Amino acid sequence: MPDTRHEPIRVGIGTPLNRVDGEAKVTGQAQYAAEYPAAGLLHGVIVSGRIARGRITGIDETAARSVPGVVEVLTHRNRPHTPWLDRNYKDELSIPGDPFRPLESEEIQFSGQPVALVLAETFEAARFAASLIDVSYEAAPHNIDFEASLAEKFLPSKKRNSYHEPKNHGDADAAFDKAELRHEARYHLAVEHHNPMEMHATTVDWHGDGTLTVYDKNQGSQGVQSYLCNIFGFSKKELRVVNAYVGGAFGSGLRPQYQVYLAVMAAKHMQRSVRVVMTRQQMFTHAHRPEAVYTVKLGAEPTGKLTAILGDATTSTSRFEDNMEDVVIWGMINYDSPNMKGEYSIAPRDTYTSADMRAPGAATGMTIFEIAMDELAYKAGVDPLEFRMINYSDIDAMYRTPFTSKALREAYREGAAAFGWDRRSPEPRSMREGRELIGWGMATGLWNAEFVETSARARLTADGRLEVASATSDIGTGTYTVLALVAADTLGLRPERITVRIGDSDLPHSQVEGGSRAAASAGAAVQLACQAVGAKLLAAAAKVEGKPLGDARSLEDVTLTDGYMILRSDPSKAVSFADAMAASGLDVIEEEATAKPGLGDRISQMTKSRNVHSAVFAEVRVDEDLGQVRVTRIVNAVAAGRIINPKTARSQILGGVVMGMGMALHEETMGDPILGRWMNHNLAEYHIPVNADVHDIEVIFVDEPDPEVTPLGAKGVGEIGIISTAAAIANAIFHATGQRHRNLPITIDRLIAT
Amino acid sequence: MIRFDYARPTEVSDAVREGAAEQATYLAGGTNLVDLLKENVARPTRVVDIGRLPLAEIGETESGGLRLGALVTNSETAYDSRVQERYPLLSSAILAGATAQLRNAATNGGNINQRTRCYYFYDVATPCNKRNPGQGCGAIGGVNRIHAILGTSPHCIATHPSDMAVALAALQAEVRVTGSDGERVIPFADYHRLPGEEPWRDNTLKPGELVTAIDLPAERFTQNFTYLKLRDRLSYAFALVSVAVAMRIEDGRIAEARIALGGVAHKPWRRLEAEEVLVGRAPDRAAFDAATEVLLDGARGHGANDFKIPMARKAIPRALEQAAAGTPQSQTDKRLA
Repeated sequence: MPDTRHEPIRVGIGTPLNRVDGEAKVTGQAQYAAEYPAAGLLHGVIVSGRIARGRITGIDETAARSVPGVVEVLTHRNRPHTPWLDRNYKDELSIPGDPFRPLESEEIQFSGQPVALVLAETFEAARFAASLIDVSYEAAPHNIDFEASLAEKFLPSKKRNSYHEPKNHGDADAAFDKAELRHEARYHLAVEHHNPMEMHATTVDWHGDGTLTVYDKNQGSQGVQSYLCNIFGFSKKELRVVNAYVGGAFGSGLRPQYQVYLAVMAAKHMQRSVRVVMTRQQMFTHAHRPEAVYTVKLGAEPTGKLTAILGDATTSTSRFEDNMEDVVIWGMINYDSPNMKGEYSIAPRDTYTSADMRAPGAATGMTIFEIAMDELAYKAGVDPLEFRMINYSDIDAMYRTPFTSKALREAYREGAAAFGWDRRSPEPRSMREGRELIGWGMATGLWNAEFVETSARARLTADGRLEVASATSDIGTGTYTVLALVAADTLGLRPERITVRIGDSDLPHSQVEGGSRAAASAGAAVQLACQAVGAKLLAAAAKVEGKPLGDARSLEDVTLTDGYMILRSDPSKAVSFADAMAASGLDVIEEEATAKPGLGDRISQMTKSRNVHSAVFAEVRVDEDLGQVRVTRIVNAVAAGRIINPKTARSQILGGVVMGMGMALHEETMGDPILGRWMNHNLAEYHIPVNADVHDIEVIFVDEPDPEVTPLGAKGVGEIGIISTAAAIANAIFHATGQRHRNLPITIDRLIAT
Repeated sequence: MIRFDYARPTEVSDAVREGAAEQATYLAGGTNLVDLLKENVARPTRVVDIGRLPLAEIGETESGGLRLGALVTNSETAYDSRVQERYPLLSSAILAGATAQLRNAATNGGNINQRTRCYYFYDVATPCNKRNPGQGCGAIGGVNRIHAILGTSPHCIATHPSDMAVALAALQAEVRVTGSDGERVIPFADYHRLPGEEPWRDNTLKPGELVTAIDLPAERFTQNFTYLKLRDRLSYAFALVSVAVAMRIEDGRIAEARIALGGVAHKPWRRLEAEEVLVGRAPDRAAFDAATEVLLDGARGHGANDFKIPMARKAIPRALEQAAAGTPQSQTDKRLA
């Protein structure tokens, strides 16, 4: 019988649970890509190119090759054969264009491009030899200046799969021209680099029997596996990709990075194990959030009711791929206006292709739109929160479809109450303490609630231990813990009895982790697999002598608690998992299941919009003379459906808010137009917030029951925290100082009174 | 791997002999040198680890000042009770810099000898006259947000990044060095230099000379002082503009004032004429503005760092006000005093 000395501790969905992988991480047991040992390992060090565009005219490898321990120098001249066709190089994200091929030819496409890989018996020898490689170039004219690149902006005919065309309504231009209240301004966002703590790294374990294991930092093991197999001619049985632990990624690991390509190429060529780790400086040679300009035009009635929304945005990309983002749609989805029009284009320049970075498109577009909304609120003389309420839309205003749920009103209400918004003095520059001007600002966040087909396996053994497995990833987001909670919830087991295995291409199918969808998608798959195990258990229980559970045939008839099935209609009747399995002669119950959109008619498809919302409130204190900003309070109230683990979900919002602070005040990659190169490529000079910058952050999850959005009723929380945090801060800075800043980040030089 | 000889002497005389070799470098806390090695900026053929030298003490000088051993860490110095009581400006400036972890490793000798943070200096793929004489300066006409507005040359617009050195300049410390010719003492104002025609030289050390100590004079500024630092985030960033002020006020008038600027030049920036402007005047805004104008005379921006001129024009009077009022800037409470 169950232990009745105390109430069983029911741990499940909604329980704030510490990270189940926390101990492994803080004790160093968790292995990251660069930490796996491999016999006979060769160390590869990447030589990065110096010029932005042109071609290599010579490579002097003599000195490098004479360094003891160096076994090979791979360049475009001696690299192994690779396929011709672009389609072999397409990754899971499939950005239109010609994917970058490391060491493909003498052509240089961006500064920092890998031009050689030095392989040596020790890291030190490889590193030193790499510094001796002498590459000569013939430079061609280049441009990395975004404003200059706007002359070449265009909308590609072939769109990225994830791109959503803005849907226009009415006659926005005419409505804007007629509007009594008008706001028009151009906004700019600087380039940001993802800078996860762990650098991109790969260890290829060459097993010597034709198979290899690729330990790689990425956000999707199976996508990287397909990419590598297509290029290097391995089958999926031969090449396995493991990303069990990932030290942050923020989108930089959505696509295979060039170090994994080089490591596998080298391993195949040398028939040996190879490790390649990027330096922090090399982390600035690939993925980055595109630079953006966005002109917003808003027209309204004197009451503040919007009559026209117009947006025209351009984001940066490379010359070889057309990366696209959804920038202008967010304000159109969120606000009720009879007339709306969105335009979008991309501008190519001689850098690596821009990439998805935490809330791609929305962190740019919604944030900027919310600064524009603030500007119009002041013009209308309406409180910024009231202004949002006047223009509140209960339906998706662009697609004109209902939401599965939208508790934004509640987020506004609870966030405002926690912040004390009603005590705000409306006039800019009207709140002050000593030399500091105090400003309160707010903004609205909006992101997608995605759900994608995902498989999972659950395996219960007679000792009462459960293993759940899926190829999904945990990039520091808490996936391990969330899946443990879902399994605990479904089968009534304590999390200590559950092992979660993820981050391995051998495991059941999962897409790349991104778009805040892993918890909802993999969680649903784990739930299904566990339910299937539960059904088997119940069937097995029927063989127990005396049939204590009677004719219970459905999991609805029993409660699963602490390894027991207890009859709901008579809780004195129970069968342990172990007894049920023993009675049926089962050592193991193993089930695999796939969660798909449209599951059981519960998950709405095209007919409804699925989004997560937030209301962000910020307090800043600005030294009037010296321009120093302190962000002293943030309240972020989030409507994200059912929260699986309030603890890791809160951490996600906290991290997003801090990153939003960086977007508001700090993060900016600066390029030298003459050299065509990012110059502040280290963490001393690329600034992200430090502890001193981060004060009180309060996270609120508002109640938002939503059985339609995903099987668990969960929406993702990985991205919503960053969206519009920078707008709330920028708006607070305006309220404090009366200075409107339309260029992010708002660095101290922009604030210094002149 | 990068081949270099390694020596770990225990006597200063041995260290100086080892350090006299061509392409030799001294290693103490390593917080800057190791980065420079990793970036292939520093390529010494001999590394003389001075960590075992008997230079890790703080003691009294005969003239009533304090002698800070070159190997005393920045943390030990900042939190030393004698330093805190007698030279609170120095303690404050040290704590305004870097992080607790770096200050625990970094030494006093290393701090004043740290290299510039110029982006181009650290990136061997770009031109830099300081790193490779004759290559040209990438920062002029390039990304120069953090660069100098005073005392620049057509060859270099780098700044000296130390906070501690700015306070030492204001306190008129002296640097004790030992070389093959024996010991000598360099007034702090003469220790660092402007880039001029030889931007690769940060200071006036002769080849092989080793900093053994920094002497603080007897004169203390315990009432009227401040270290005000403006930067891109509230901690762990180099100064865009910083101001060290040490002042003596007698009968409501300024009897003595020292002002040193960080983040604006190749060395801590002082101008005695600016300080003389203040002497004998009441500590008011008019006096502070007058001194500021003299101090910034000749300041010139290079584009992205133009803002440093108005920033310094605001920061200097503010620092003078803080010092005069006896309300020095806290380095823990980030609210500006």
